[in-house]
Parts: sequence; structure tokens; C-alpha cells
Amino acid sequence: MSHDEHGHDHGEITTDGEPEAAARVRVLEELLVEKGVVDRDEVRRRIDWLVSRTPADGARLVARAWVDPDFRERALDDAKAAALELGVDAGSSPVLVALENTDAVHHVVVCTLCSCYPRALLGPPPDWYKSLPYRSRAVSDPRGVLREFGVELDDDVELRVVDSTADVRYLVIPNRPAGTDDLSEDELAALVTRDSMIGVAQPTALAPA
Amino acid sequence: MSFGVGERVRVSARAHDGHHRTPGYLKGKSGTVERVHDAFTNPETRAYGADGLPAERLYLVGFSQDEVWRDYGGGSADRVYADVFEHWLEDA
Amino acid sequence: MLRARAVTIGVVERAAHDRGGRPTGEPIDLTEHELADWELLTDALVAALGGRGVMNVDELRRGIESMPPAEYERASYYERWLHSIETVLTEKGVLEAGELDRRIGG
Repeated sequence: MSHDEHGHDHGEITTDGEPEAAARVRVLEELLVEKGVVDRDEVRRRIDWLVSRTPADGARLVARAWVDPDFRERALDDAKAAALELGVDAGSSPVLVALENTDAVHHVVVCTLCSCYPRALLGPPPDWYKSLPYRSRAVSDPRGVLREFGVELDDDVELRVVDSTADVRYLVIPNRPAGTDDLSEDELAALVTRDSMIGVAQPTALAPA
Repeated sequence: MSFGVGERVRVSARAHDGHHRTPGYLKGKSGTVERVHDAFTNPETRAYGADGLPAERLYLVGFSQDEVWRDYGGGSADRVYADVFEHWLEDA
Repeated sequence: MLRARAVTIGVVERAAHDRGGRPTGEPIDLTEHELADWELLTDALVAALGGRGVMNVDELRRGIESMPPAEYERASYYERWLHSIETVLTEKGVLEAGELDRRIGG
């Protein structure tokens, strides 16, 4: 389906304010399509997949774990299989591990070496997750980092930082907030934020704005 | 050699010229195996066009923060975990 | 041009991408931005190249890590990805050396 598209003027392929990389990658795509290395359809499909990813699927997994103790145990054992039970696309990573936050233990996830992140369940990572300061301090000063996110943990809470150094992806199951006993699973899912599934926030009984 | 959950292990304290996924802050540190993952292809060779085989066991290893950082300012029970390949681990 | 140089922290020398525990006085900037079209395209190209078996995620990471430290620290996330794609594909002969530059310039 690829056609000869040498018609454009390369001087016009970036809009104002875009870095040089924007023009480069567009020309790169052109070259790769011409060479038959990729085709435009598959590139578009990949873009569509990426923009379709939101924290909603992660939130569904969490909400199910909150209401169903057997599902919770299965999720803690093999979160990828648990996600598949819900019909959720858990992405290409072969292993997904769910980390349970409780009153006694609080997990937070980082990738100090690059920015590994469970994108299929949470969507693309926020800029701060990929930033050099987060990658440096999440392991060495996690309580300070949490404070910057507005989370203050008691001294006797065990704070566990998980550095995603390989191809295993980690997702936090945040602690279910008090006062939510009467909520449906969908209502519970609406309380679960992306940041709470990274571990830098705690859900409350009030749905986020 | 392979390790089981609960075993004490030490991360090799060595430089590696080229791509590897053992972070510097854990090299030379001792911790405990928390989880044994499936085997994965070796990123150190796969990063240079090889197939990364044979696959190698990957371990989630947990460390006491007080033992990793000279001046850790958090709780004494706080821990840090990372996925480390078998060839980077020794008996502690 | 700066030569790649690891920073010695603790026991063993480390490369620029190995950030855990590096001293930093910077607070974490919590501003977020939606991915620009070119960033989505960069991501999609890596995924497509991976799907075709042309370039794998370990090569992507290695290519990123091959950036000189100052460039690595200055570049944005997807600028690093693009650097890596160009490096690895040129190495493999999928792109000729300088081909992209010539095409842009011409």
C-alpha cells in the first residue's frame, strides 16, 4: 500500500517549536518505508495502540483485587495471568508482578537505568518517571521523593522501592481506602489513579477530579 | 549456580564494558532472594545482535536500604529491590 | 566532542545512564506533557522494528547508552530513542552512514 511520496518539501515538515528530532524521525520513517523495512500501516497501528493505553486497565485489575480475595492471591502470584482473566491486554512483557501495599508495607516503582514501565496497563509513563532526578532519588531517598508527591509515611511503615532493571514489569496494588465498603467494582476502579499504581500516591474514598 | 527464595546473595562488584542491567549502586551489596523469575535472554549479548541464548535465570533480590546507602535517611526496615541475572550473583 | 566517561560513585565506575543514587539537588519536576506526534512516531517505529525482528529492546537500550554523557543528559527521552535507532540501524546497514542527514539536507 505504500506509494511514492517524494512530493514533500522537507523544510515544511516541522511545525514551530518542534525540535530537530521531529523532522529527523519523519524523514527516517519515509526512508524505512521506501526500503520496505516497515510499512506505514503497521506504524499507524502501533501509534493507535499506544494512544489507546490508559490507566483504566490497571485500575480494573486493582479494583478486582480489592473485592475478590482469591483473585488478589492469583494476581500476586502471576499478575499477567490475572490480567488476562479480565480480558486486559497486559502487553508484551513476559512477566508482570503485582506489589501489594498494606498498612504495614508501601511499594514504589522506578527504573533507574532507563524508564521501564507497565505501559499496557497504565499508558505511557509521565515525564517525571523518566526524569533523571526521579531515577536517582527514588532508590536513595524514597521518603523524600514521596514527600514531594504529598505522601508522608509513618516511620514504622516498611517502604520498598522496586527498580525494574530487567523485562519484568511491576504494578502496585494500592491499599484500599477506608470508607469504600459500599462501592461497586466500577466505582472502586474510578478511585485508582495512575500514580497510586506506581506507588507515589494513595487512593482516597473521593474520586479524583 | 542457582539460588532459592530466602537465600543470601551478593551482587558482583565488577565493571562491565558494555550493556548490562546491574545498577552500580547495588554492585558489591548483599541481599536476599525475594522471587525467582522465569529465565530470560541475556541482554548483554542480545544488545549486540546475538540471540541472547542460553536464557538465564533472573532473580528479584531485596536489600536493606541501610546497607546500600551510607547515609540512608529513611526507616530501618526500608528495602530496595532489583531484578538481577544469575551470573551477577554469588553466595553471600 | 566529549568522550564517554563514567562517573565513579561508590565501588565501581558507572556509565551516564546508570542513575540510581546519583547526587542531585534538583526537585522532581511534576509537569507533564502529552506525547507529541513525532514522539509517538518514534515509539511506534521502535515497536515496528521490534516486531519485524530488525532491532530489539536490548539494542535500543544499548544505543541510548552509547550517547556521550553530556548529550545523554541534555536530550529528551525520545531524542535518546531516535539517536539509538539511527545508531543501531546504521550499524546493521539498514541505513547507510549519513543517509538520513543527506536526505534531510537535500
